[in-house]
Order: sequence, then C-alpha cells, then structure tokens
Amino acid sequence: MSVTVLIPTPLRKLANEQATVHCSGSNLTEVLDSLEERCPGIKARLCTENGDLRRFVNFYVNSEDIRFLQGRDTPLKDGDEVSIVPAIAGGR
Amino acid sequence: MTQTPLRTTATLKGLRCRECGEQYPGEARHVCEFCFGPLEAHYDYEAIRGCTSRRSIEAGPRSIWRYRPFLPVVGERVIDVGTGLTPLIRSERLARRLGLGALYIKNDAVNVPSLSFKDRVVSVALTRARELGFTTVSCASTGNLANATAAIAAHAGLECYIFIPADLEAGKVLGTLIYGPQVLAVEGNYDQVNRLCSEVADRHGWGFVNINLRPYYSEGSKTLGFEVAEQLGWRLPDHVVAPVASGSLYTKIFKGFQELIKTGLVEEQAVRMSGAQATGCSPVAQAFKAGRDFIAPVKPATVAKSIAIGNPADGVYALDLARRTGGHIEDVTDAEIIEGIKLLAQTEGIFTETAGGTTVAVLKKLVEQGKIAPDELTVVYITGNGLKTQEAIAPYAGETLKIEANLASFERALERARTLDRLDWQQTLI
Repeated sequence: MSVTVLIPTPLRKLANEQATVHCSGSNLTEVLDSLEERCPGIKARLCTENGDLRRFVNFYVNSEDIRFLQGRDTPLKDGDEVSIVPAIAGGR
Repeated sequence: MTQTPLRTTATLKGLRCRECGEQYPGEARHVCEFCFGPLEAHYDYEAIRGCTSRRSIEAGPRSIWRYRPFLPVVGERVIDVGTGLTPLIRSERLARRLGLGALYIKNDAVNVPSLSFKDRVVSVALTRARELGFTTVSCASTGNLANATAAIAAHAGLECYIFIPADLEAGKVLGTLIYGPQVLAVEGNYDQVNRLCSEVADRHGWGFVNINLRPYYSEGSKTLGFEVAEQLGWRLPDHVVAPVASGSLYTKIFKGFQELIKTGLVEEQAVRMSGAQATGCSPVAQAFKAGRDFIAPVKPATVAKSIAIGNPADGVYALDLARRTGGHIEDVTDAEIIEGIKLLAQTEGIFTETAGGTTVAVLKKLVEQGKIAPDELTVVYITGNGLKTQEAIAPYAGETLKIEANLASFERALERARTLDRLDWQQTLI
C-alpha cells in the first residue's frame, strides 16, 4: 500500500526538507513505522515515549481527522493522503 | 523579511513551549519543533514590576497599550487605533432578573475599530508583525477576525490577504471587503481553510495572525483581564463567565489576572473561571461533564458560528483551568442562545452576537443550577456585536406595528399592543 504523507514545516528538517514522503502501510500505525525508516527520528516527534500519538498533533486521512475515523487503526488504501498538522492554529 | 533582535530592555524574553518548556527567540513561529506543543510568550516579570505601577498604567493611553509592558512587543511604535478600555457596566436589571448581587458586564460589543474582542488580539499581532519585518499579513476567518485584521491592516498600511470559506454570509464578506484586502473565498469549510493557510504561511512568508503570529496574537486577550481588574478598582472578580471557542480568550483572561498578582498590582485572590459553549459545538463542555482530560473533536452544528470550533487548539488548557479554579464549562441550545441575546438586549440595552447570547444563557443556567452564588462578584464577557449576525436573530426580534398616518390608526395599534403586552405578562413567570 503506497500512501503520501504531508510533512509539516517543523518536521521538514527530518525529511530532507521534503514536503511529502511516500510510505507504505495498511493503517496509520504501519505508516508511522514506514515513515520512521525513511526519516529517522520523526516518530519520536509524533508519539510520546509510550507510543501514544502526541496530543498537539492532528492526523488526517484524505482531509478527514482520524478521530472521526478509526484512529491509528484507520485502514488505508493505495493513493491515500495522510496529513500531519500541528493542532495549534485557528481562532475565528 | 528581517528579524528584529529583542532589545535587552524589553520585558518580552521570547517564546517557550507550554508542554516541554523548550525556548525559542521571539520570532514568527507557533509550534514547538520537538513536541508540537503551543509556544507562548514569556516575560521578565521583575522588569515589568520595575517599570509598572497602578499610576503609570492609569496615566497611559486610553487603549490596550496602557498595559504595554505585559504585551509581546519590543518597540515604542505600536498600532494604536483606540482598541480596548471598553465599558465595564454594573448590571442592575439583568442581575435582578437572575438574582445576583454583584454582576458586571464587560462590553466588547463596542470595541474599536471593528466591534469585537478581536480588535485586541489583532492590534497586538500586527504591531509584532511590523516589528518582525512583515509587510503582508493574513488570517483564516469566518467573520470577526477577518473584520479586525482587514481594518487594522488598512490603518497600518500593511498588505492584507483574508481567507474565508466560500459560503460565508454576505454581511461578513462586506465587512471585510470594504477595507480593501484581497479576500480569498475557499471552497471548503473553516478547518480546510485553516489547514490551507498553514501551508501558505510557510510558502510566502506572510504573517498569519492566527497561525505563525499566534503566540503574540493570543496575548492580546489578556487585556480583557487587566481592564476588568483596573475598572473594578484594582481588584479581581470572584467569578468569570466567558465564551470558549478555541479556549484561548478564556485562558488568557486568567493569565492576565495572574500577571497582575505576580507584579503586585492586585491582591492575590481566587477567581472561578466558567466557560460557555453552544450545545451544537461543545467539545470542551462534553469533556468537562464526562470527567475526561482529552477533547474529542466534533462537527459543529449551531447558530453560534463565531465560536463553532470543533477541534479547539487550547481545549485541554480550558478544561484544566475550569477544574483548577472550581468553575464550570456549560453549554446551551440554539433556542437558549437566542433567548440570551434578547435577555441581554432587553435588560441592559446591549445587542450582542450569538457568542454573547451563548455566554448570557450559560450565566443564567449556572445561576439556576446554584453554581454561581448570589454574593459572588461576577463578570460576564460580551465579545461581539449583534449587528454582525442579524440572520440569526431576525426571525425572533419581533415586528413593527404598521399604521396609517392618522391618530385613529395609531390609537387602535396602541390598544392592540397593550393588550398583547398584558397577555405576554400573564404568561411570564416572575
């Protein structure tokens, strides 16, 4: 399963300044492992020491927040887009 | 874009991550590189203490800039369009209706230049943007923030781009367009607009008031705390009721109170912080009631659009603050919000928007539940103006009496109006 991961600015140093990285995996947990192989060190920025997703990072699959889907177990298919977005923005 | 180094005499020390404590210089960034936590301005409070007194503040400008040492700017040249120092009104009729002994209303419905509390945060954000060398400023907004950013950018001569969802009401678009910014109507909802803006900010080096300038922007809300303390005669209230959208305003009011204590300007005192949400978008109230310490995002469906943030950035901090101070986060239905708008208008002569209706309705609910004691000095924050959300209230505001231009027609209408009034009274529980 090949999915595109959009990398936010604060993490681009770990991704050779790339805005997108192609990863594999059939759910988000697997994609995070795949991302770590390509961008060593990035997983520690996204997950806490016990492996939970950090509370100020939001993940989207094809523009839908994973908390409205199945969280880390959200199934992914070829060509899906995973966005990593810092939670801190907005104010209407 | 050039970065202005912090002057050593400035009270602003830089930015610090609220989660892990990592420090950063005072530049345009809002997210910690290590843990994604929010960055917050931090200050040299000894320096503030040394240069600030009640008297020096009282002798300052009649605007938020009288509290400049507490704000995240370093230069002398601030953008002062008279924002702030809005009325704090001792409520007589609403207080009596609710059974409260000491109720005050902070009325930001008449803030300048654009009639909402956003004038405060934008005045601070654009001042800092100019210090950091930005010539173009921007925001993602559905209304109040767009109005404030466009207006104050026009005053300051900054180039301005506003991103809005394409389906926004005509009145809000007009209230932005008139100041001459480029308005980009994005086909998508607010969350999508916001995410697009995160990308644009990186790409073009613009100052987005609610994204990369957010640590400066959000500090402007502290002035709502400073002003209330000064207007009460340099003391803190016992209880505050304020709207909760992202949770930023609500938490910054409290930060303002704490800074006044820290610098010796007011006596230390416990303040209970209560927050108001609309039931149709109440992720923080739901978490509060369920005893959760995390926020489950929701899809908004409420008339109170200006506070409909389904995924609130400062939600966990708002939750924590309500619990820590013995406050409550409560929510009210759209029907209660409309009643709240009418109640405030008809008891105090203040026409607020739906966010204000939400706050008044929650105030009423908390009093009815016995969660605000009659003798608590309570301040309710009204943050926006009703003329901006006319669609929401128009069907419920009542109708004119149409008459012919003669006395007989007038007398008939008067008789009829008085009869209807009497019928109304008979149905009203007093």
